[in-house]
Amino acid sequence: MMASGYNAKEEDGHPAGVTVHGVGGPVTVKNKKPDNTAFKQQRLPAWQPILTAGTVLPAFFVIGLIFIPIGIGLFVTSKNIKEFEIDYTGVDMSSPCFNCSQNYIWNSTTPCTCSVPFTLDQPFENNVFMYYGLSNFYQNHRRYVKSRDDSQLNGDLSSLKNPSKECEPYRTSNDKPIAPCGAIANSLFNDTLGLYYIDPNGSRTAIPLVRKGIAWWTDKHVKFRNPGGNDNLTVAFQATTKPVNWRKPVYELDPSDSDNNGFINEDFIVWMRTAALPTFRKLYRIIQKKPNNLSPTLPLGQYVLDVTYNYPVRSFEGRKRMILSTISWMGGKNPFLGIAYITVGSVCFFLGIVLLVIHHKYGNRNNSADIPH
Amino acid sequence: MEQFNWVRDRWRQLISGRRLYSAPDSRSTKCSPELHNTQRLTGKRRTVIARHGTHHHEYHCISKGYQGNRIRTTKYSLLTFIPMNLFQQFHRFANLYFLFLVMLNWVPVVEAFQKEITMIPLVVVLIVIAIKDALEDYRRYRFDQKINNNTASVYSGKHQTYVDQHWKEVRVGDFIRLSCNEIIPADVVLLHSSDPRGVCYIETANLDGETNLKQREVVRDQPQRCSELTPENFTARIECEDPNNDLSRFRGFMEHPGKARVGLHNNNLLLRSCTIRNTETVVGIVVYAGHESKAMMNNSGPRYKQSKLERRLNVDVLWCVVLLVVMCLTTAIGHGLWLSNIKEAPFLIPNAASPALAGFYLFWTMIIVLQVLIPISLYVSIEVVKLGQIFFIQNDVDLYNDNLDSRIQCRALNITEDLGQIQYLFSDKTGTLTENKMAFRRCTIAGVEYPHEENARRLEVYERDEDEATGRSHTLKSRTSAKSLSCKSLSCNRSSVSLHTLTDHAEEEEPPSPIMHQQSPFCSSMEKDIAPDPLLLQKLSGLSSPRFLLWDASMELTYIVDFFMALAICNTVVVSSHNQPRHVVKVPEVSPKKLKSLDDIKMLFQRFGLPRFSTLSPTHTTEIAHSFTGKLFATDKAASCNPTPSKNATEPDGEPNPRPSLPSVAQATDGDQECEGEDKGSGERGSWTGLEDNMVPLNMGDMSRQELFISKPDADELIYEAESPDEAALVHAARAYGCTLQGRSVEHLLVELPGMGSLVVPLLHILPFDSTRKRMSVVVRHPLTNQVVVYTKGADSVVMDLTESAESPEQPDGLMRGHVRKQTQKHLDDYAREGLRTLCIAKKVLEEEEYEVWLKHQVFAETSIENREELLMESALRLETNVTLLGATGVVDKLQEEVPETIEALQRAGVKVWVLTGDKQETAINIACACSLLRSTDHLLTANCGSKEMCEALLLDLLKEVESREAERGDAPDVTSGFTLVIDGRTLDFALQEDLSDNFLELSRHCRAVICCRSTPLQKSRVVQLVRDKLRVMTLAVGDGANDVSMIQVADVGVGISGQEGMQAVMSSDFAISRFKHLRKLLLVHGHWCYTRLANMILYFFYKNLRISPEVP
Repeated sequence: MMASGYNAKEEDGHPAGVTVHGVGGPVTVKNKKPDNTAFKQQRLPAWQPILTAGTVLPAFFVIGLIFIPIGIGLFVTSKNIKEFEIDYTGVDMSSPCFNCSQNYIWNSTTPCTCSVPFTLDQPFENNVFMYYGLSNFYQNHRRYVKSRDDSQLNGDLSSLKNPSKECEPYRTSNDKPIAPCGAIANSLFNDTLGLYYIDPNGSRTAIPLVRKGIAWWTDKHVKFRNPGGNDNLTVAFQATTKPVNWRKPVYELDPSDSDNNGFINEDFIVWMRTAALPTFRKLYRIIQKKPNNLSPTLPLGQYVLDVTYNYPVRSFEGRKRMILSTISWMGGKNPFLGIAYITVGSVCFFLGIVLLVIHHKYGNRNNSADIPH
Repeated sequence: MEQFNWVRDRWRQLISGRRLYSAPDSRSTKCSPELHNTQRLTGKRRTVIARHGTHHHEYHCISKGYQGNRIRTTKYSLLTFIPMNLFQQFHRFANLYFLFLVMLNWVPVVEAFQKEITMIPLVVVLIVIAIKDALEDYRRYRFDQKINNNTASVYSGKHQTYVDQHWKEVRVGDFIRLSCNEIIPADVVLLHSSDPRGVCYIETANLDGETNLKQREVVRDQPQRCSELTPENFTARIECEDPNNDLSRFRGFMEHPGKARVGLHNNNLLLRSCTIRNTETVVGIVVYAGHESKAMMNNSGPRYKQSKLERRLNVDVLWCVVLLVVMCLTTAIGHGLWLSNIKEAPFLIPNAASPALAGFYLFWTMIIVLQVLIPISLYVSIEVVKLGQIFFIQNDVDLYNDNLDSRIQCRALNITEDLGQIQYLFSDKTGTLTENKMAFRRCTIAGVEYPHEENARRLEVYERDEDEATGRSHTLKSRTSAKSLSCKSLSCNRSSVSLHTLTDHAEEEEPPSPIMHQQSPFCSSMEKDIAPDPLLLQKLSGLSSPRFLLWDASMELTYIVDFFMALAICNTVVVSSHNQPRHVVKVPEVSPKKLKSLDDIKMLFQRFGLPRFSTLSPTHTTEIAHSFTGKLFATDKAASCNPTPSKNATEPDGEPNPRPSLPSVAQATDGDQECEGEDKGSGERGSWTGLEDNMVPLNMGDMSRQELFISKPDADELIYEAESPDEAALVHAARAYGCTLQGRSVEHLLVELPGMGSLVVPLLHILPFDSTRKRMSVVVRHPLTNQVVVYTKGADSVVMDLTESAESPEQPDGLMRGHVRKQTQKHLDDYAREGLRTLCIAKKVLEEEEYEVWLKHQVFAETSIENREELLMESALRLETNVTLLGATGVVDKLQEEVPETIEALQRAGVKVWVLTGDKQETAINIACACSLLRSTDHLLTANCGSKEMCEALLLDLLKEVESREAERGDAPDVTSGFTLVIDGRTLDFALQEDLSDNFLELSRHCRAVICCRSTPLQKSRVVQLVRDKLRVMTLAVGDGANDVSMIQVADVGVGISGQEGMQAVMSSDFAISRFKHLRKLLLVHGHWCYTRLANMILYFFYKNLRISPEVP
């Protein structure tokens, strides 16, 4: 529309490239005359925002007014999430797991156990999620990350027999292919955690921990599959051997539930999804809320964490933690997001006020200012 | 040392040559060692002998090393394509970098990504570019095939005649026969031309775009001038330079067996890819073939210039590299340290390298991982963006010239954004700010000014018409465009031609003959039709009437005749006509009837040297001018020198009597015998004045009109093709007064003088124009006196200096000369104030002995191979001394449209505009005022001085003055007034010297505009260079002529104006525009857009890459 209008105007004052002679004479075509089109003459409609006080000031205020409530909402939500964290590494002489942390062998047959008591100051309602956390553990190490064979984990039989080279040096052991191969699988977290409630009267009640539903659905059903289906894993994994650091073969990971064995063991799946940062937490168990929902899932009081201490972290100065947490619509406890929103919102609002003052005071001075020579 | 070598070579060649000639049989079939020796030793020269001549064996020895005429512009052949293309592609830094990364990825320990995948982008890029290259190469191959398979008529030894051969089979030493309109297949030395005068014309449009014809001549002393050349008998050997790319230079000599040598120069060489015109057949011997021909050696690709932005970008990219290395080093060292602290961890792969080695590996890995940090893709993107920008610039309707049908040409592809950063603009004046359509305006001869009022009115009318013409030019397009097909660069004038002559030429339009459309440059009616000054015309008419022998009047008359003679012949104009396009008019026999009167004129000219004027005091001369007509008539009663008066004899043949209204006067002259009635005449003057006042002006006007009318059908046939517009303007001016240049050959000029018909003027030499001498000269044998006469035409400053030495009171006519000089100088100053371009005309009569001496030097200079230019220059300088000033001309040059607006816009944008011109100071200031560079409120600072010390003091003085004035004005800079510095060439020379240049620059920085007048091309380029280097600013130079080439090349951005003066400026420029006004949009719109867009893109690229790179792993 715009272009055509321009052309018409152009032809009035200026002869265009092709003109017909008035007397019906010859028609001349000027070969080199550029086309007078909107594209070639760079006249295509364009819009560029021009920043003026009238547009910038409201924008600042609007941003401020939107962000601050969002931030407050997020912050309050995050505040309401209850979280409890306990370090059971046993670095201090006084801590109960000190002994276990000192004498350590990867696959010792006699497990070292220790009990860590702790107190919850407030009751945890709804489903409570139990995590284990590791610090200073570089699951993001470049070669560590690659040291796995995804097709083997997906149940591919040829890969089971002949794992990828990426798994080296955890590819074969005693001329038998390792299943699952690779450094990630080899370093599977193998502490066993148990949680007990200490009644005020002193009796220990085991808290039921659900070990299913902690892995991603896609991981469990798509990415990880057992070779040859789920029946008779012993046969399926016959020609293979367990990773060197493991105590049990992969098909015996969960003695209680036969469907949770092999590559589709959920603890294994969770571990195989490597963490991006050296300090991370991974979901371990879920404590489901009481069916009647009358009493909190975890009432306040004394608890004991029973640890079968298998996983060594002393060599790399790592830490092991157990975390209990509830969740909300925004996920786990995360005060940062709320604070960020509040900060940005208030900065914008403040700037808005400052600019408004400046504009009010000095705004009408340079209204007609030319670009200086 | 060089000379020694040369002498030795010559000697050896002579020895070997003589032996060959004396005893051809004794020579073995094998090549003699000497020959090889010569071959090697000569190094810088080559010997050419006929291929089918008597010296077969020698031919093969000599010509073995010479290339054939097959050309191959393809880069690859079928076999070498893949390796060569890959090699070429990996010359690009970007590709090399990518290759390096891909290879790194193949090293297992540092591998970061899937190695096969990382190869994909590189392979795709390589394949795409390879396909593009292959297609281009194939197109070139096809084109080469076409050219190589053109046919030319080449002499065949077997058939003893000329046979058609493919171009590719032509060898050095072949004889080639070319006919009209054929393209020359190789560089050929012209040996024979069907033209009886031994010239041939070529058009070099394929080479440099110039469509005017260049004259080439047969090698001198060629025995068979008229008969067809027989190649078997051609025994001469040609020695010339090794192939080089200098189109305007060819040096060598031809050596006849046992005879002296004949010098060869550029005029003997026909260049490959030019076209033969207007000559039936020519024969020549090939000296350079194929890739060794000058045209091919000049084939260089587009210019590569790096823009300021790109230079900056390169630095930034280097910083990115540094950043990358630092980042990778940090990670590598950190990795090593971290690893060394950990003894054992489940997340570590055992058996890995030691911490130090692991750190080293990690370094390379990180380079792969962070490769995006270096924006290599930016270079490719910038190129694509710039192509787009050039597309848009070239497609801008506002930068299109309707009259020339030409767009802007972007010759440099990668400095578009520099256009937006220009701080200093250096402009030529003539042809850049002005139209370069020269029209003769007025002249002064022998100290008498002829104002040409009529002419001034005529020019004004054209100017008005021109303005209207733009409005209705579309009605004329049928004519213009048809012509523009034949010769593009010349079409500028045509619209105006067709406009003004449309009614006259209505019938011409119908038969679309190609000849009609061949219009020459500088021949618009504005330049062509000059209205003569009645007074001057009247004086000149004295020549055709027998009255001319009056002593005082005749003295002036000789000046006038000489003046017009000089205008007509002192040039390099090629004459052609419609009937015989671009041909020389045949020399007609001078009618014997006229000889008698010619004898008289001869007498007159011989007397010119005699001290007739010595009795005349300078003040009288002006009086003479006023009383001239009076005396003319007064002599009617007195005696005249014409013994057998015949009116018809003095008229040109076949021309009807142009002065029917002057019967009494003409009649009265009849029968007069002696010329001594001067005193008597003056006594009688009183009685005649009344008559004179009434009748003469009337008659003169009448007569001139009639004469013009009568001579029109004849004269219109002549077309002058000049190299520069002022030359054409002057020839046209001479023609308006009846001094018509009718034809030109190498050795003769045909000039028609009023009342004398056509005269053959033997042309002895032309000393062509050059910018250091600032003048040109012709040496002719005067047709009337038989004396050797030098006519010099040049810039007033130099010619005035040459005449200066002649001014001495001892000499008999010294007083007269001094008077003429003084008067002329006064008139020149007036002209300059009027803004006219001035040229001085001078002459010198040589004594025979003097000429002989000079001739010897000149011949030596012409034939010498080394230092030919310097020797020629020296010889010219020796000749051009002690000249007699005849007069001066003023040529008007109109300002281009919208120049003031453009300059004002540029100045408002903060661009400093300097005008560098070769013109006089007054002219330059005048033009500067006209184009609003200089405003009435401006303070003019003039710097003219004669010595370095003075110059220094002057600069400091001016600087102080400027500073004090600025301080006075306070800190509120007034936009309306500023300083303008005007500096002349001599002062500029001092100012450009090392120790003064700082002062000069400091001063110029305070000025809004600087005008350098009288500057040479070298000075122009030095000024640009000084400003560019010292002030570190972006400079743009714009010019149109060959004298601006050096300036254009030195500046950051060179802009050529494709106008009237050939294509040299355009060829060396980065951008070629057709009007000065286009600069405004080019700089202020396109330059700005290009710069901001590119700069933003580059910044965003850096941002984007830094943003992306950490996220890659």
